[in-house]
Amino acid sequence: MSIDDIQMLTAQLARDPSSLVFLPLAEALRQRGQLDAALAVATGGVARYPEMAGAYDLLGRIRSDRGEGDLAFDAWTTVLRLDPEHVGAHKGLAFLSFRAGEYGRCLRYLRRAVELRPHEASLRAALVRVERTAGARKVPGFEQPVPDPLRALEADPGLALLVDLRGQLLAGGMSDVAGRSAGEAVGAALAGISREAERATRLLGLGPWRRLALEGGPAHFELRTPTIDSLLLVTRPRDVPTGRLALLADRAAQTARRWLEELR
Amino acid sequence: MSFSALLGELTRIHGVRGALVVSREDGIVVAEALMEGIDGRAVAALAASLSGRVAGLTRTLGQPEPVFWQLQASDGMLLGASGEEGLLLVLVAAAEVNAGELRLQLLRAAERAA
Repeated sequence: MSIDDIQMLTAQLARDPSSLVFLPLAEALRQRGQLDAALAVATGGVARYPEMAGAYDLLGRIRSDRGEGDLAFDAWTTVLRLDPEHVGAHKGLAFLSFRAGEYGRCLRYLRRAVELRPHEASLRAALVRVERTAGARKVPGFEQPVPDPLRALEADPGLALLVDLRGQLLAGGMSDVAGRSAGEAVGAALAGISREAERATRLLGLGPWRRLALEGGPAHFELRTPTIDSLLLVTRPRDVPTGRLALLADRAAQTARRWLEELR
Repeated sequence: MSFSALLGELTRIHGVRGALVVSREDGIVVAEALMEGIDGRAVAALAASLSGRVAGLTRTLGQPEPVFWQLQASDGMLLGASGEEGLLLVLVAAAEVNAGELRLQLLRAAERAA
């Protein structure tokens, strides 16, 4: 796209900020390497159209080009929440995984992309290349031990719980103040909280949510989203410093993410 | 201290985009100090709704309602602290703020928001 075209789209967007020209404009700026300008345009578009998967996909590409892997990951996982069959997001997440050396995860995203676009030759070729790369790195007779989140989560039974987005239990447990198991009721409450948090951050243009911390009463809580379809709640008595609780939750979320991916 | 003075103090903290006093029960704005572009009614409704949800969680565990919550997202955060008489103090802030300072100031303000 020429500079004249970019100027024309910029003027069009200035005249009508609700226009969808932010999509080709931000993409053109990205391709020209004007990443700050591309980010500003895409961020504005996402704020205006928080339900548009394509806007988040664009944001993911820009974040990725800026080397902001975590933020690109957030953008593309948001795309998959809005549109689980979005090929661009699967490709983007595959790329991020490959760059991080996580070949197993990369293969899962790529295979899904190929399922969605079986006739796209470049995708099939990418899959073959990654399969070769992943295969070449295996050491015969050696298997990486599968992480077990149950071990990490249940070191203190009743203090950590992993559920899916419908609130169904995946691992761990949670007890009420009387010591009774309350996992299922907590799971149901977490599903509602997750929907509410998702809605709030999307409508307020805050981007995908990552963490919810709760304080008050005899215990504090940390909620995380280890994957796009799971929730992890960790609690400790209030005398445990909040920073330490946040760290515990981060570690447990990391372990849970690996475990869930192995399961799949 | 008036609500406007209270909110004025909070919005002077670096990175804060808006501060509101909200009715927890119905999510109606009682007082607000917002940067341009922030929809106070939307923030109030969403924060009150989230606050109700987190209270439901702690009730399930037989615990009192949280006095403070912080929802962290990639591009910003939403924080809430319970005040007296069914009021909720809410902040909308940028992602890169000093969250510890924000927490302290919000909790202090909530104590005074009676």
